[in-house]
Amino acid sequence: MIALGIEGSANKVGVGIVREDGTILANPRHTYITPPGHGFLPKQTALHHQEHLVALVQAALKEAGVTPADISCIAYTKGPGMGGPLVTCAVVARMLSQLWRVPLVAVNHCVGHIEMGRAVTGARDPVVLYVSGGNTQVIAYAERRYRIFGETIDMAVGNCLDRFARVLHLSNDPSPGYNIEQLAKQGMRYIELPYVVKGMDVSFSGILSFVEEAAGRMLADGSATPADLCFSLQETLFAMLVEITERAMAHCGAPDVLIVGGVGCNMRLQEMMGVMVSERGARLYAIDERYCIDNGAMIAWPGLLALKHGQATPLSESTCTQRFRTDDVLVTWRD
Amino acid sequence: MTTSHAAEEASTSESHYVDHENPIIGLHNCKLIQQGAEARVWEGVYLGKPAVLKQRFSKRYRHPSLDARLTQTRLKQEVRSMLRARKLGVLTPCVLCVEHEASTIYFERVEGVSVKQALSSGALQPAAQLELLRAIGSAIAALHDGGVIHGDLTTSNLLVRAADNALVVIDFGLSSNSSIAEDKAVDLYVLERAFTSAHASCGPLFEDVLASYRQHSRLWCPTLNKFAEVRMRGRKRAMVG
Ligand SMILES: Nc1ncnc2c1ncn2[C@@H]1O[C@H](COP(=O)(O)OP(=O)(O)O)[C@@H](O)[C@H]1O
Ligand SMILES: [Mg+2]
Repeated sequence: MIALGIEGSANKVGVGIVREDGTILANPRHTYITPPGHGFLPKQTALHHQEHLVALVQAALKEAGVTPADISCIAYTKGPGMGGPLVTCAVVARMLSQLWRVPLVAVNHCVGHIEMGRAVTGARDPVVLYVSGGNTQVIAYAERRYRIFGETIDMAVGNCLDRFARVLHLSNDPSPGYNIEQLAKQGMRYIELPYVVKGMDVSFSGILSFVEEAAGRMLADGSATPADLCFSLQETLFAMLVEITERAMAHCGAPDVLIVGGVGCNMRLQEMMGVMVSERGARLYAIDERYCIDNGAMIAWPGLLALKHGQATPLSESTCTQRFRTDDVLVTWRD
Repeated sequence: MTTSHAAEEASTSESHYVDHENPIIGLHNCKLIQQGAEARVWEGVYLGKPAVLKQRFSKRYRHPSLDARLTQTRLKQEVRSMLRARKLGVLTPCVLCVEHEASTIYFERVEGVSVKQALSSGALQPAAQLELLRAIGSAIAALHDGGVIHGDLTTSNLLVRAADNALVVIDFGLSSNSSIAEDKAVDLYVLERAFTSAHASCGPLFEDVLASYRQHSRLWCPTLNKFAEVRMRGRKRAMVG
């Protein structure tokens, strides 16, 4: 069996082709990059995806060396994500499924990240830290669901980083978070910022307003550099993430950690998590930007798993939803 | 403050001597009972009384200044808020001694089980269970009305004293002082999540906690309105990416 997966819930659009044994045959993607200081808006993002999606499907087939006759199902992202971009991808998925006469499988984007991470690293039952532009969750599997132990009570960590990058007018190419990470390496001074952990939950909005205000003041009077601010912001946000991950590990008795989602390719976050995990005698599983960042294979793979467990999605139910919680999905393919 | 006074006394008198390198010297017959995320907890005998020792250790993954700041403020908040809680009529263990340099607190030991154990053992009669849930609601109401936000409300941080089934609140390291409705609402939200993740099979237990909170808190109205908002925020968050 071979699955073709389509992902485009945010500003990346990608097509992945995955074989039943987990081999990724092709996984091309295209990113919608906005000018410095600007975020991406639903309408323009959807247009971007419309422009690139069909070409990505053709490129993926070619790279994988397969024909439409080899494809067993079309997996697409049902949500969560931005309405317009999600619908764009769902329309293409429906069309391909009709054209090639293969079933559709709707996939939860967050579950896609988790299953991709498990497949690529071989982590069996880790505590998962899922950190991206729209999500911040600490997850562990129990009784057929990915249960959320801790999460942000306001904005996502990636959103906090992206918005601070906008304040500093950093480039969005390849991503604002990547440019913060590079700049932070030159940071010399640690500036004290609020630190907000509540139980296993975190809150970032107070930190963002504090650092935005501090940036205006400290950059003007020369008491800090943009690099110092990026460094301090990363140190603070990531310490919070490592702390709640460790709390979840202590709580569930889980020995391993897996980091997924776009912020997961940040090397400083991986380094800090690595220190925590080694002190506990546990193991860290992390993945690089090919799989951390939204891509088609992360949708194709769980789509294939779900299909094998009889979870195809009828055309009449092949809708999208902007909000779709990780713990809403019944995980039929795990014990 | 009475606690730092107790700490001074302890470190000057020889029999109360506590070594910084090995903080459990003052504790006899000690046994490690929990190796948590940020602290080790031992139980033993201190000055002839059953005691619990909680030592925070430094975390190498975070920046040293951040680490020092968190360890110190949590130690200080834990001791302060426990005293405040007692003044508000909420039971907490007595603080026997504080060792700032070793980030260690000695508490009176509460004989009993955690609410988590009590609820999951299934041994509670329905009436006793309801009474316990109501006691949780009224204790949180008293804390909140007194401006104490616990910060880490879970069923592991609430104990049931064996002698009289009284509720004892512990683990105030993440506590803060606030009378803002949002802070109280988030405190309740954290507890609700703990109930739903650990005790989902026991039915809607948290409803009884909330009902009792409403009955006992003077400011229940703005807090519970905010609570509804915080809950909605969780469900409505955009989650793009
Ligand atoms: N005073 C006490 N009496 C009896 N048991 C206690 C006491 N304090 C803590 N414990 C036990 O130790 C555990 C951990 O203590 P806690 O203060 O909650 O530390 P942590 O921050 O690591 O959770 C509690 O869940 C409880 O079982
Ligand atoms: Mg505790």
